[in-house]
Amino acid sequence: MRGSITLEELTVSFNGVRVLHGIDLAIGPGETLGLVGESGSGKSVTWLAALGLLPPKAKVSGRVMLNDRNLLDMPDSKLTGIRGGRIAMIFQDPVSALNPMLTVKRQIGETLALHRGLSGAAIKAEAKRLLDLVGIPDAERRLNAYPHEFSGGQNQRVMIAMALAGQPDLLVADEPTTALDVTIQAQILDLLALTQRETGMALVLISHDLGVVSQVCDRVAVMYAGRIVEEAPVERLFEHPAHPYSQGLMGSLPAIDGPRRRLTAIGGTVPDASSLPAGCSFAPRCAFAETQCHEQIPLLAGIGRDHSVACLVSEAQPSAAIRYSRQKEQRIEA
Amino acid sequence: MSASLLHARNIARSYELNRHIWGNASVVHAVSDVTLSVGRNETLGIVGESGSGKSTTGRLLLGLESPTRGSISFDGRPLPVIGSPEWRKSRTRMQMIYQDPLAALDRRLPIAKQMREPLDIHQAGNLQERETRVSELLRAVGLSDAVARRYPHELSGGQRQRVVLARALVTRPDLLVCDEPVSALDVSIQAQVVNLLSDLQAELGLAMIFISHDLRVVRQVSHRIAVMYLGRIVEEGEADDLFARPAHPYTRALVSAAPVPGTKLGGRIMLRGEPPNPANQPSGCAFHPRCSAAVARCKSEMPALAELGGGRKVSCHLAGSPSENQADPSPARTRVPLNPVEAASEDVA
Repeated sequence: MRGSITLEELTVSFNGVRVLHGIDLAIGPGETLGLVGESGSGKSVTWLAALGLLPPKAKVSGRVMLNDRNLLDMPDSKLTGIRGGRIAMIFQDPVSALNPMLTVKRQIGETLALHRGLSGAAIKAEAKRLLDLVGIPDAERRLNAYPHEFSGGQNQRVMIAMALAGQPDLLVADEPTTALDVTIQAQILDLLALTQRETGMALVLISHDLGVVSQVCDRVAVMYAGRIVEEAPVERLFEHPAHPYSQGLMGSLPAIDGPRRRLTAIGGTVPDASSLPAGCSFAPRCAFAETQCHEQIPLLAGIGRDHSVACLVSEAQPSAAIRYSRQKEQRIEA
Repeated sequence: MSASLLHARNIARSYELNRHIWGNASVVHAVSDVTLSVGRNETLGIVGESGSGKSTTGRLLLGLESPTRGSISFDGRPLPVIGSPEWRKSRTRMQMIYQDPLAALDRRLPIAKQMREPLDIHQAGNLQERETRVSELLRAVGLSDAVARRYPHELSGGQRQRVVLARALVTRPDLLVCDEPVSALDVSIQAQVVNLLSDLQAELGLAMIFISHDLRVVRQVSHRIAVMYLGRIVEEGEADDLFARPAHPYTRALVSAAPVPGTKLGGRIMLRGEPPNPANQPSGCAFHPRCSAAVARCKSEMPALAELGGGRKVSCHLAGSPSENQADPSPARTRVPLNPVEAASEDVA
């Protein structure tokens, strides 16, 4: 069975400063999950930690379960078989992620040799097929080209081809279109959605752009200051955002048509990870904050079908969940 | 427009690249034949992708570079020669804001000191008056006096961009050119700065040129918008009207490609290929290799920017024909795609 991947109470600290405060996320086979948040919210760190890609000074705890095995307990030698094979990741800047000294064929071939055991002519044929798949024109000839001979959009296509080379069960795309122009962004998102449908792999799309995420994903998790504050199916989140931060994010977005309205900006700034406020991290910027918000840390609790939110004042927050959250926080602190 | 403060007529700017000992240099036409004007109390938005010449246009309009062809007049007089005393003096009346506030600020100067610098250079008033002006502006952009003593690295991204904005306004300019002023900021902070820019523009009656690749942000702040492609304006019109009824195929594709929160992919106009190299421009209409509606004439003949009525100008051979655009009142998003998603997958198969 193509495995689902589950993050359980994943926490990360750098030099004693906790930047990720217990992330719980599950991605089923073939699912597309969007992870939205502003810079410093921990959306990239979550996946770098899950794949063991953070520097040694980072302290990671919790579990990352893939087929009943915890990736965090795995030795590096085993992990390399999973990274690029079962789980692939692509990044924002394709030019710095590709090796400028090697041809595209060599770079795609490396994955093919390592994870699929191909060699010689088989590598060439498969690399050509992959370049065709990601829409690089004249793939046969372009195999011997270097990254600088491609445009930004084409380099991102090459990155996607490399990621697909290991036939991953899960592709984590970290801001894959942020460095690209709008019309090229549309092409790349389309390509991601298409390959996801064709290969049946699961897709995690990390982005700061709610628009980008809603185009490709089924489910969205909103992150703020190292925590998931809301998780819901895309349509549900846009129709009924429950967390004041999610509501604020949507109010901050200008519309492209219809009457113009003043943007409802969220006041203040994202708190620094080393000096988080007590209680809910969003409370100092929240228009609905009550006394309890400055004292208790809310944890994700279900408020409807597949919809959960971490907020004390949001409607229908069961008090049991709050108690549970406090117990859990204490457990994490201990 | 007679009331226009800044008027550019057929300006062009080209750069020479790769000059070798033998052979000719290749010439990049960054901006070709751009005519535009902006009045007091008006914001003109310029949108386009990278390489469309929008930033170069901004620099030309400010007089930071001189055009290779065409002329620019500011307040009824031609822009002074770069480097001349008049040019230096004219700097107080026109200011620029860049994308990265940290790069635009001097890391070694406290905020108040670098905000006062333009006043010191142009010797406006005495020290007391200059300092009053600085704290006045800090308050106008929503920063406390405590910020004045801090250094740029002690401020957040949003605060830094507010400081840059305050410093640009300290000499009471008439014209403000903003080049991607909010692109480096997070969404929630972006909204704060966008609101602030619109407020200050209206309050001070500034003429503003707002350059961005983000259609949504441009529409939010602009009165009129010009869409650039490969160094030319391909369409210009009233902000609300332009994106609701885009007439140029490129504008239609841009509007269609802009992701809208809460909507899925599909039914979009997917442009094939990428913008051509400005050093090697296609013949005729520069957009024709990517345009699905292109006819033979588009390959050979460059369309002129023609009036379409209602303040709309468009540079497309096909835009005038009523069957193509005018008779179709449906918004761009629900329009039958010119080049549907399947077209992109043909290449794949």
